[in-house]
Amino acid sequence: MVRALIHVPKQPRRGDVIEIRALIEHPMETGYRAGSDGQLLAHDLIRWFNCSLDSGNGKELVFSAQLFPAIAANPYLAFHLRANKEGTLHFSWEGDHGFRHTETAPLRVV
Amino acid sequence: MTGWLACARPVAAAALPDDLAAAVAAFAGGMPVREGRVSLEIAELVDNGNTVPVSVAVDSPMTEADHVTAISLFNERNPQREVAHFVLGPSAGLARVSTRMRLATTQRVLAIARMRDGSCWSRTVEVIVTLAACVESEL
Repeated sequence: MVRALIHVPKQPRRGDVIEIRALIEHPMETGYRAGSDGQLLAHDLIRWFNCSLDSGNGKELVFSAQLFPAIAANPYLAFHLRANKEGTLHFSWEGDHGFRHTETAPLRVV
Repeated sequence: MTGWLACARPVAAAALPDDLAAAVAAFAGGMPVREGRVSLEIAELVDNGNTVPVSVAVDSPMTEADHVTAISLFNERNPQREVAHFVLGPSAGLARVSTRMRLATTQRVLAIARMRDGSCWSRTVEVIVTLAACVESEL
């Protein structure tokens, strides 16, 4: 079971710029390291991250990232959004060996 | 000879190695890359290269007409030049992105931002690393 932590501010005011943070448990094995037997460990990476906001009439891109081996294990990303609309934030991570994980979080504005 | 070397050094330090320059040019898509508007927050002296917090912020009003569309991070001496490409949505509000990266050795880290008009701005920072990432064996 993959664990992911999402942080979205609870009740931003309409028009506020909020910081959204996403962290996922993943080794981000680079493919450049040797294991205990001296052989290179096969790469196992998250390649893509996407966050979009579904406010009722289609999804709108909030932030996306293409990740390379130079991203540390348990990839952490923080980015911003102007909270103009309420809706559901959809988070997805995709990577090697068919890795895929999704999370959702509500976005409420007051 | 010593004097000549001292004069030559800053130029050598400023020029990017070919592979890094190529990666930067691929991101810029033929547009000139200018210094400025981008700030790159990363420790100058890194104890542990396995996880190094890094933030990129871009000086931009983030309006419909003038905003940052993409930010990219590059390095000089890891096995691969790219670290991450970020795409900002139309209502980002603030052009600031944070993550944690690996550093295999002492090297320069470079951030580039692409604006809506296609112009590209960059910032380069030198980072000293005492414990390297990526290449050490499994413990």
